[in-house]
Amino acid sequence: MDRKNVSRIARKYNVYSGKLLGVLEDIQKEERYLSEETLKNVADVLDVPLTRVYSVATFYSFFNLVPVGKHIITVCMGTACHVKGAYRILEVLQDLLGVRPGETTKDGKFMPTTHDKKFTVSTARCFGACSMTPVVMIDGKIYGYVNAKNIPLILKEYGWGEKNEN
Amino acid sequence: MICNADEGDPGAYMNRNEMESDPHMVIEGMIIGAYAIGANEGYIYIRAEYPLAIERLDRAISDARAYGLLGNNILGTDFSFDIHIARGAGAFVCGEETALIASMEGNTGRPRKRPPFPSQKGLWGKPTNINNVETWCNVASIIKNGADWFTRIGTEKSKGTKVFSLVGKVKRTGLVEVPLGTPVKTIVYDIGGGATDNKKVKAVQTGGPSGGCIPDSLFDTQVDYEHLADAGSIMGSGGIVVMDEDTCMVDTAKYFLEFAVEESCGKCTPCREGTYQMHRILEKITEGKGTNEDIVLLEKLANIIKLTALCRLGQTAPNPVLTTLRYFKDEYLAHVEDKRCPARVCRSLINYYIDPAACRGCTICSRNCPVEAIDGKPGYIHIIDQNKCIKCGTCMEVCNFSAIVKLSGESIDTPFAPIPINKGR
Ligand SMILES: Cc1cc2nc3c(=O)[nH]c(=O)nc-3n(C[C@H](O)[C@H](O)[C@H](O)COP(=O)(O)O)c2cc1C
Ligand code: SF4
Ligand code: FES
Repeated sequence: MDRKNVSRIARKYNVYSGKLLGVLEDIQKEERYLSEETLKNVADVLDVPLTRVYSVATFYSFFNLVPVGKHIITVCMGTACHVKGAYRILEVLQDLLGVRPGETTKDGKFMPTTHDKKFTVSTARCFGACSMTPVVMIDGKIYGYVNAKNIPLILKEYGWGEKNEN
Repeated sequence: MICNADEGDPGAYMNRNEMESDPHMVIEGMIIGAYAIGANEGYIYIRAEYPLAIERLDRAISDARAYGLLGNNILGTDFSFDIHIARGAGAFVCGEETALIASMEGNTGRPRKRPPFPSQKGLWGKPTNINNVETWCNVASIIKNGADWFTRIGTEKSKGTKVFSLVGKVKRTGLVEVPLGTPVKTIVYDIGGGATDNKKVKAVQTGGPSGGCIPDSLFDTQVDYEHLADAGSIMGSGGIVVMDEDTCMVDTAKYFLEFAVEESCGKCTPCREGTYQMHRILEKITEGKGTNEDIVLLEKLANIIKLTALCRLGQTAPNPVLTTLRYFKDEYLAHVEDKRCPARVCRSLINYYIDPAACRGCTICSRNCPVEAIDGKPGYIHIIDQNKCIKCGTCMEVCNFSAIVKLSGESIDTPFAPIPINKGR
């Protein structure tokens, strides 16, 4: 993101507390990941050292430093989901999407993206939807009670199995 | 003044509910609190995983400002107070108060030594009061109904009610509010309806990754601060995860240690290195490679980390191991001595077989097996090649005749090659 747009986002914050994290989150909402250029511009606009912006961006699991696919599938690995078989859900997803288990991206995170750049698989710990475990979130939408049988149906809503448009 | 809405305990979602269904309750509590201590600035630190709660709080804060309940000279008095939202970004340790403050100041969320406590030296070095969402929610009704009203409920030492999130392998999952001191069994059986699928409840985990497991033999334990501590667990934020006979307690301990390893901020050695080593030992045990010495070492490490870690994350991380060792030693021993996982969870210690008497030769399992480990053809009894099987359980999920059995430490007689199903059977 260029300086102008970083400034536009930064202007929304009138207090210092929570500003850096807030700005990074807002940028990620628009661009889906934080590029090197973005981090440099954030450091510049907010007048904080680049090292700090970088350490913050890598410390918090919410930030992606590499581009992600069109749809982000996040499997909840929270305790309630774990006891209901979250690991198996992750495995089924990897099988269906053909991404290798344990595959990590350049920023050292487990976030494999399919070759057609349609899906990125990631994990999180609890969306607070623990009464309908196991839970999977796709682009911010929560799906409860998922299992090996209904996952393919859910994925189809996002164009899984279709030929790539381009 | 800060409202801690980081709700990092996975499996607990009381705060999410409070903020989404009645954000004004939080705000009202904070205004009263600010008035009492003379604070002019308030923050709600809320985790990014709760977008709806953020949206509703944001809206409620704007509404409160419009009504003159927040801002300068509230209701014409000389009291001024405003609330801002700060968002977390997916780090459990940021629920710890000093880490939370560091995070709000735009740093990595790493805890620091206390004292000085935040009430002495907090956000930007100023005295800061920090409390949980539920605490703030209680304020307005206590002020309205009086302290006697609140303290009449509960026990001698733990007053009032508490909201718990009852989740996991229980029939009725959800949020429950009960007087403190209610026995575990009332919550699990009377309110939760017991385990699903006619299984037997084995234990509950309270207090999340910092808490511990309480076995069903201790379900008379009253849920309050003292009695949970006596049982080796904690109240924490109020998560209650129910586990049944299909939950392996060693695997559960491993799960929590993995959580600690991932969420450790890395500042101090006991937590950063110690939890990693504990996790490695647990991994070894669940793979059937553990020894009795490993169990001794595990316990020793746990006690050392408890004493030496800098913040409560590290100090409490061994709790799930210590409580499972205390109450479920037999499961550890089964893994170590018999190379058996009694709950049939740990993959290295289980095998899938096809029951020749139940197989109908429909081929669905062999068609779905991702590694082609199943031999068979229509009308023939199918057989799983144990050397090829990766124990993913796909066959069990797809079989319509419940012909797949999962065993640990035992086996059943199966034919060596597919044979025709005896039609007269
Ligand atoms: C690792 C760790 C994580 C914590 N996470 C939370 C949390 O998510 N929410 C919370 O309210 N308190 C959390 N706490 C406790 C806070 O440090 C603090 O004690 C609490 O917010 C005080 O609120 P209360 O006195 O109103 O309960 C955590 C503590 C530790 C050590
Ligand atoms: S105990 Fe763990 S989380 Fe706490 S300061 Fe030490 S390394 Fe960080
Ligand atoms: S544990 Fe998965 S939604 Fe809470």
